[in-house]
Amino acid sequence: MRLINRRPARPAAVLLAAVPFVAVLIAYWIGSEVRLAANPADKLLPAPETIAATARQIFTEGDRRSGDILLWTDTLSSLRRLGLGVGIAAASATVLGTLIGMLPYARRTLSDFVAVVSMVPPLALLPILFIVFGLGETSKVVLIVVGITPFITRDLSQRVLDIPHEEIVKAQTLGASTAVIALRVVLPKILPRLLQSVRLSLGAAWLFLIAAEAVAADSGLGYRIFLVRRYLAMDIILTYVIWITLLAFLIDWALKATSRAAFPWLEAGL
Amino acid sequence: MSFVTVTDVWQRYGDRSIIERVNLDVAEGEFVSIVGASGCGKSTFLRLLLADETPSRGEIRIDGGEPAREPGRERGVVFQRYSVFPHMTVRDNIVAAESFPSGLGRFFGARLRAARDRADKTLDRIGLAHVAKNYPATLSGGMQQRLAIGQALTARPRILLLDEPFGALDPGTRIAMHDFLTELRAETRMTVFMVTHDLSEGFKLGDRVLVFDKTRWDPHMPEAFGATVTYDFDARDGGVPFQHILDNYPRLAAH
Ligand SMILES: Nc1ncnc2c1ncn2[C@@H]1O[C@H](COP(=O)(O)OP(=O)(O)O)[C@@H](O)[C@H]1O
Ligand SMILES: [Mg+2]
Repeated sequence: MRLINRRPARPAAVLLAAVPFVAVLIAYWIGSEVRLAANPADKLLPAPETIAATARQIFTEGDRRSGDILLWTDTLSSLRRLGLGVGIAAASATVLGTLIGMLPYARRTLSDFVAVVSMVPPLALLPILFIVFGLGETSKVVLIVVGITPFITRDLSQRVLDIPHEEIVKAQTLGASTAVIALRVVLPKILPRLLQSVRLSLGAAWLFLIAAEAVAADSGLGYRIFLVRRYLAMDIILTYVIWITLLAFLIDWALKATSRAAFPWLEAGL
Repeated sequence: MSFVTVTDVWQRYGDRSIIERVNLDVAEGEFVSIVGASGCGKSTFLRLLLADETPSRGEIRIDGGEPAREPGRERGVVFQRYSVFPHMTVRDNIVAAESFPSGLGRFFGARLRAARDRADKTLDRIGLAHVAKNYPATLSGGMQQRLAIGQALTARPRILLLDEPFGALDPGTRIAMHDFLTELRAETRMTVFMVTHDLSEGFKLGDRVLVFDKTRWDPHMPEAFGATVTYDFDARDGGVPFQHILDNYPRLAAH
């Protein structure tokens, strides 16, 4: 039998999926053992038990000065920036993408511009954003918006152009105006794609968020990681990294579930 | 007398002529079948009738009105595919045919309920009441096309344009669709243009069968000339012509 036709059965499939995770854990654990055996004060690869203890402490114990649990305040401010940035980006990309996809005049005016803007590396703009918007919340949110809006816009406008011409003609023969076609035909059809597009750009959004927080902030997950880096506090950094990964995973999962619940017609045909 | 008037219509894409010198007078209520080789420009002609495209030359008028510049409610259409909205339920597809001309394209409250009741009656008549809440993708090809025709007729167009509407259906379903269309037409007396690649379907359903073909041919430039109407058959009375010619001369008929 050809390799391309061999499929793992159920128990083996689950096991296979677990293999890379287990392998990484074991590799880390061995590395940590080896280093700690040579030097018990080594900070580079703290023992898994140490990380677990630190994590428990970080999640439950308040800061000595303020009494706030820093992880939660960091999470809150990071998620606020991320939500605001991604939300603004999604909303403006939907408007822009619909305009570019539907109206030949808007397409002529904007599509080349968006294509060029999407080539600008957003992180290179970060200093400019800090100069223009100051070191506060605005510059961080704007970085996320600038970073992911062009991508989502291009994705959505292409999706609008992919709508079969027959459907647009049909809507016209039923008497729909441009606005009605946008509201009743185009938007409902690209909203699932919007969610998917947002899911795809969340990785980039996190990157921009953490980069901006690393440079200038007084709270936030990225800020904390880069702060404790100075003390080589690998146990804290690793806890935060795992926490961020978990958050990213949960957000992605929530978006996927939303898409499935909100657009039953997508799955109707399958 | 003439309801749809096509006057010297040409359509050219760049220097490719697709259709040329088409002249046509169609009476109200007539069913015109259009046949011809694949790629000869039948769909192009239908798009011109639909006003989805403007002819390079000539004009098309309905009931003496100004030539249309874009599709509108007076021309209904059903394509081979993509003729219903996949993101709306079967019933909402019918309601859309009423609500799309309104400002937001959507009805609310009592108006919505009334439109839904009417939609349910329509679905009853076209035999889709049992799938009213389903999405079109769950329907068979024949049911989707029935829905598409029902939706187009709900908008009460003055002419109905069908582009190979049954082309993707299996033979049995196709025959059922012929009966369905014949029935609906008996009720509405709509003027219909139907493109088909099935000659017998064209003769079975049509009052007239138009054949599109090229009359001029340049061997060095096969694209130079377009197709035109080469035959215009009377398809009534089983395709036997002149069965009612005496109607036009009542005095002769007396003898
Ligand atoms: N928008 C267009 N631009 C250029 N060529 C076109 C366009 N639409 C159709 N054609 C060409 O016109 C010819 C006739 O197409 P069509 O009307 O779809 O034929 P059919 O009789 O099979 O329906 C084809 O060769 C097609 O490639
Ligand atoms: Mg065709």
